[in-house]
Amino acid sequence: MATNLGGLTATGTVRVHRLVRGFGSRAVLDGFDLEIGAGEFVALLGRSGSGKSTLLRALAGLDSDVDGSGVIEVPEKSSVVFQDARLLPWQRVLDNVVLGLRGSNAHERGRAALAEVGLAGRENAWPNELSGGEQQRVALARALVSEPELLLADEPFGALDALTRLRMHDLLRELYARHRPTVLLVTHDVDEAVTLADRVLLLDSGRIAVDLTIDLPAQRSHRQPQFLAYRETLLRALGVNHSEG
Amino acid sequence: MTASVLARPQGTTTPSVRKPGRRLKPGRPIPLGAAIGPFLLLSVWAAGSAAGWIDPRTLSAPWTVVTTTGDLIADGRLQDNLAISAQRAGLGLVIGTVIGTVLAVVAGLSRWGEALLDGPIQIKRAIPSLALLPLLVLWFGIGEQMKVITITLGVFVPVYIHTHNGLRSIDSRYVELGESLRLPRAVFLRRIVLPGALPGFLLGMRFAVVNAWLALVVVEQINSTSGIGYMMQLAREYGQTDVIIVGLVLYGLLGLLSDGAVRLAQRRALSWRRTLAD
Ligand SMILES: Nc1ncnc2c1ncn2[C@@H]1O[C@H](COP(=O)(O)OP(=O)(O)OP(=O)(O)O)[C@@H](O)[C@H]1O
Ligand SMILES: [Mg+2]
Repeated sequence: MATNLGGLTATGTVRVHRLVRGFGSRAVLDGFDLEIGAGEFVALLGRSGSGKSTLLRALAGLDSDVDGSGVIEVPEKSSVVFQDARLLPWQRVLDNVVLGLRGSNAHERGRAALAEVGLAGRENAWPNELSGGEQQRVALARALVSEPELLLADEPFGALDALTRLRMHDLLRELYARHRPTVLLVTHDVDEAVTLADRVLLLDSGRIAVDLTIDLPAQRSHRQPQFLAYRETLLRALGVNHSEG
Repeated sequence: MTASVLARPQGTTTPSVRKPGRRLKPGRPIPLGAAIGPFLLLSVWAAGSAAGWIDPRTLSAPWTVVTTTGDLIADGRLQDNLAISAQRAGLGLVIGTVIGTVLAVVAGLSRWGEALLDGPIQIKRAIPSLALLPLLVLWFGIGEQMKVITITLGVFVPVYIHTHNGLRSIDSRYVELGESLRLPRAVFLRRIVLPGALPGFLLGMRFAVVNAWLALVVVEQINSTSGIGYMMQLAREYGQTDVIIVGLVLYGLLGLLSDGAVRLAQRRALSWRRTLAD
């Protein structure tokens, strides 16, 4: 049973202290520390199996069946976006968006959230009538409709094609600019991390190996020399000596 | 003349167009195909009776069956017996469905519930309900109670088995979604568990309906003084094959109607699902 001493932060900050999580005898996270300021957009990189999802699930409180200890402080209002859109196939799109909402104006807020992700008019569609990218946009709407202070996303664009992924990047930046939640985005795509985040963390052997603040204008492109420098640093840290493209 | 427009010019060989792949489907459905077999059977029956090949004591002629039906309706026997039969089956179906569903939800959502309930029900499943009849007659007599209980026993097992199976096969990712949204238990049940188990439940209902009619036939033919089964039993004693056939047709119609009703419910409730059949 993962016990989280500590509790809920009000201001949107995330604090993790001496977090231990493991499966069987193997510790995936062993004395892990992390602090994220309110409203920060953090991308978490790491090799496959390095424990990114394990950390994210711990922050989301979805690992009550995992052994571990440590202190986790997260905002009370947090939302999760999964790699798959995870829409209930038997509920229409709008009902999926308002699933976690209570109150009389839930549907109104759901409609507004759908409009924000560009899906106004699709409220009554069934999820499997939507394309993969549209489904993931519904999932974003569902995560943001509750106005979370923390948005946790585990490779939310991993299953999308390259073009759709670029569109989703723009959408996510736009939504972030409007709602200003704290964001922790897990990804294995270095470009995605540098494009989106204000700060990139690299997880290796259960520790943060690189903590890089991205100092780039809001409009980012591969042609900026600084972008390429960040990219190079991260790829090298990931063990890729030679970057292509 | 539209066909000639589409037809290829005679005498020219078209360069090899890609041949359609080998078809694995049985082909286009025949219009009213389902009616051909029964209609043929009916014709043979009618022809046999008209020509005198079929002894009316073995099998009454179709027109006799029709007039008998008219007589039975005129003196009210058909309606009365049908009403009492439908009442028994309906009561057993409703009680059995409620019991089966409640037990499935309890066993599906709690480990203790499963430990306590699942074993006995699996054992009950191995014993045909009708084999319990002698015991039920001893316990509850030969009245309405015994009849409804027998039908209930035949109904609740398939409802339980398939609903429980439906609950168990709900994707754990949806459960995780519910946790991440911090859904209250009631909302979780209503929005995720019950709809997720609905396909299983409806499949169970189709078996349950068949079982209900089956049990009805049996209980009405032992020590009954009313119902379609009783009407047929009485007809046997007087050698009235026409009345027996009216009863058979009624059972058949009731079975078809109720199965059709469940299938309609299935189609309505599961319209979000796209399957091979659609
Ligand atoms: N439920 C589990 N049972 C046993 N081991 C697990 C479980 N979940 C994760 N692990 C192990 O913990 C380690 C970290 O897994 P995690 O899913 O956090 O990696 P990840 O960084 O998200 O990888 P990826 O980029 O491939 O998603 C892996 O070695 C994995 O095998
Ligand atoms: Mg992962």
